[in-house]
Amino acid sequence: MTKSKENSNSLASEKSLPQTLVVCMAFVSGFTIMTVEMLGARILAPYFGGSLSVWGSIITIFMLALATGYLIGGRLSTRSPSPALYGGFFIGAGLTLLPILLFSDAVMEPVFLRIEDPRYGSLFASIFLFFIPTSILGMISPYSVRLMVKTQQQSGHVAGLLFFVSTVGSAVGTLGTSFYFVLWLEVNQILWGAVGALVVAGGIILTVNSLVNRRGSSADE
Amino acid sequence: MNKPLYLTLRPVGSVELFFSALLLFSFSVTASAETIHEERSKYRDIAVTQNGDRRCLLFNVHRGDRNQTCLYVSEPDRLVFDYTKMSFAGLLLKPAPEKILIIGLGGGSLPLTFNDLFPDAQIDTIEIDDAVVRVAKQFFFFEENENMKVYVDDGRPFIKRASIRKQKYDYIVLDAFSGDYIPEHMLTQEFLEEVKSIMTDDGVLVANTFSTSRLYDHESVTYQRVFGEFYNFRLPTSGNRIIIAQLGELPSQNELIAVAEQLKARMVKYGVSLDEYPRRLSTRVDWDMSRRVLTDQYSPGNLLREN
Repeated sequence: MTKSKENSNSLASEKSLPQTLVVCMAFVSGFTIMTVEMLGARILAPYFGGSLSVWGSIITIFMLALATGYLIGGRLSTRSPSPALYGGFFIGAGLTLLPILLFSDAVMEPVFLRIEDPRYGSLFASIFLFFIPTSILGMISPYSVRLMVKTQQQSGHVAGLLFFVSTVGSAVGTLGTSFYFVLWLEVNQILWGAVGALVVAGGIILTVNSLVNRRGSSADE
Repeated sequence: MNKPLYLTLRPVGSVELFFSALLLFSFSVTASAETIHEERSKYRDIAVTQNGDRRCLLFNVHRGDRNQTCLYVSEPDRLVFDYTKMSFAGLLLKPAPEKILIIGLGGGSLPLTFNDLFPDAQIDTIEIDDAVVRVAKQFFFFEENENMKVYVDDGRPFIKRASIRKQKYDYIVLDAFSGDYIPEHMLTQEFLEEVKSIMTDDGVLVANTFSTSRLYDHESVTYQRVFGEFYNFRLPTSGNRIIIAQLGELPSQNELIAVAEQLKARMVKYGVSLDEYPRRLSTRVDWDMSRRVLTDQYSPGNLLREN
């Protein structure tokens, strides 16, 4: 840890975001991923039922979307990681959740009419509804690692901390949604909450980033 | 499995002695009902037990759920459970159904009885768990025939598709609500609207629902929203509440009694005392009307059961 000071600017090319902010955001992303996933079964059930295969479809698509997101997020982070793009992930994920809120019937009905087998029906509906927002949420994890890692020695520690926080976020999102939110709120109200949380998170990142840059540039003079 | 397990325990310590005594005790308690089949399906643990002449289908035995279906092997026509018998109260409103839809097969006693009563009626049964279909055929004398078919599917998409194809049924039984878990997507206003859309004008809906917990209020409010006034049917001997609903006006008490008189002789062999049913059908509102209607947006069915 003591050595890190000398190298601190070698990896982080820009004025960086406060580390606690990145950690908090990892929680938000983990939380919303599982909130949406838990609601997925609710959203699909009117068309495809509540069979085990519907859960199978949802989990499969979430896993594939996250995998894709990890890959792309990692790629995007290699050159110069930009906190602005990082904030953009949150806002983008929030906005791409909107079709679930606004057009889910319009998406599921044609699938339901064309595909008789509820297994493949739910699989395709899951792709159309959940793939894009979930893969954007997946980009956040590797990108946050890149934003936080200052030295090579730190990298495992930072990655571990971020996985820890985002997975705890996922656990809390799962439990909160399945135990309480569905009892208090409507599905769409919870989804609006997720959209709001992501957009606000992105807004905070962009704001903090511009503050850090402004202070950074004035301090440099 | 039937070998007494306690013999395999070496009586070394007092703890082991205690457990072997415990085992002995539990064996003597359950010895009279023999498990003749056990399997773990995609959805649940299924067991078939036999106790003398009485054979039962049980779901999730380890969590202590009650029997799903029982029958007497020597007289399989006779219905054992009140809620199964009560499902025939819909005959008071629709005495000669021609197209019957049953959601939830169980041991198959409902479709079998309908087929026996109305051999020419078309009977479609929907069961989500193919293992239940197998067990019903193997142990409960259930058989498909020309007029009686089982579809392995979830009830909700089946009904949605039937609605799109403009299929109609004149007698619908919703019995997917037994056991530990309630399919929440089949408690909602939108689902009941779909059910309504596949009912003939003079058709009847018979729904086996929960009679305890907060869910009673929520379910009642939801059915009322969709169907208006409905008959609430309870027997003092049963914990079940059966909802009987129709598209049009409900018939009067006297009309029900007249139909019961005509049909009661045919129902005796199933153990259904149809003539006792009319006075048990009530339209009185005995639920909290301020409860929220269950919708696809708001349906925490299993959470509401707890309170």
